[in-house]
Amino acid sequence: MAELLTRGAVWGVLLTGGAYALGILLQKKTGKAWCNPLLLGSLFVILFLRLCRISYSDYQASAGPVNYLLLPATVSLAVPLYEQWEALRKNTAAILSGIAAGVLASTGSILLLAWIFQMDPAAAVSLLPKSVTTAIGADISRELGGIPALTTAAIILTGIFGNLSAQGICRLFRISDPVAKGVGIGSAAHAIGTARALEIGPVEGAMSSLSIAAAGILTALLCPFAARLLP
Amino acid sequence: MKYIFQFLRILLFCFLGELLHSLLPLPIPSSIYGLALLLAALKIRLVKLEQIKEASGFLIAVFPLLFVPGAAGIMELGPLLAEIWLPVLLSIVLVTALVMAAAGKSAQVVIRWKETRHG
Repeated sequence: MAELLTRGAVWGVLLTGGAYALGILLQKKTGKAWCNPLLLGSLFVILFLRLCRISYSDYQASAGPVNYLLLPATVSLAVPLYEQWEALRKNTAAILSGIAAGVLASTGSILLLAWIFQMDPAAAVSLLPKSVTTAIGADISRELGGIPALTTAAIILTGIFGNLSAQGICRLFRISDPVAKGVGIGSAAHAIGTARALEIGPVEGAMSSLSIAAAGILTALLCPFAARLLP
Repeated sequence: MKYIFQFLRILLFCFLGELLHSLLPLPIPSSIYGLALLLAALKIRLVKLEQIKEASGFLIAVFPLLFVPGAAGIMELGPLLAEIWLPVLLSIVLVTALVMAAAGKSAQVVIRWKETRHG
């Protein structure tokens, strides 16, 4: 049995899908927003691995095909963008200023936290790109001497929090315009937030997709300078 | 058959993205190059929407699921997170809310300003 789980090629994908499906069922049953399938699915996977004493690296290897789909899925975000091209063209200035404001707010507040808590530079640098997509964020972290695994964890937790709280935050700050909502969600919570934006509406989803790309690139350009300001 | 061709088309753009990423010295990942190239191909009608619609729809629908393996990696960070849990928690909750508000609100202000200017 243990052999099958460490060497088998299927169980990692099965566990990932099964844990996620269980999360969907629980969300349907309870109707609670915090019963998010990604959050619950990840917890179930961790629980299962701990109970069966399986190492994360064995699971990671077996769940490889799931990771493999991240690239084509991100590329597919071109479709909602294409379908909402008019909204994009009409609001270019607003979209770009929103994304720039988001990137500055993110970098600035992480710098502030690093100073307040006198954080270790490696840990602080790992948090700098926490609002952008994992592909860009992990690279930034590696390049600037951070801890890529911490960056990935912070990025995913940011995404889950953004996904769960998107509606609430937009209501709290009276952000009601669909374009502005999408820009906010995508700039703050990358692809995981975009999954929620796509559920809210097609314009929100497209603007959120665009913000992943633009905020990611801006952050990559800004981070080397921000890293020099760390305590 | 249709789905195979659709998926292959998307994979081709992934590959072109990887190619650009290896050729250009910019801090842009393959996925963003691939996304931009596919968007351009759709705009100039090199690729028609029907030629990728179902496969891309499937991939976008399963998007959140794809983050489960990465998220489970948090189990490896226990000791480190025990040390810096407070700034990490603040950066996830407070900073994310702040960024969403700053980006969304700025975009909305510009949109409203343009609307009033143009009547």
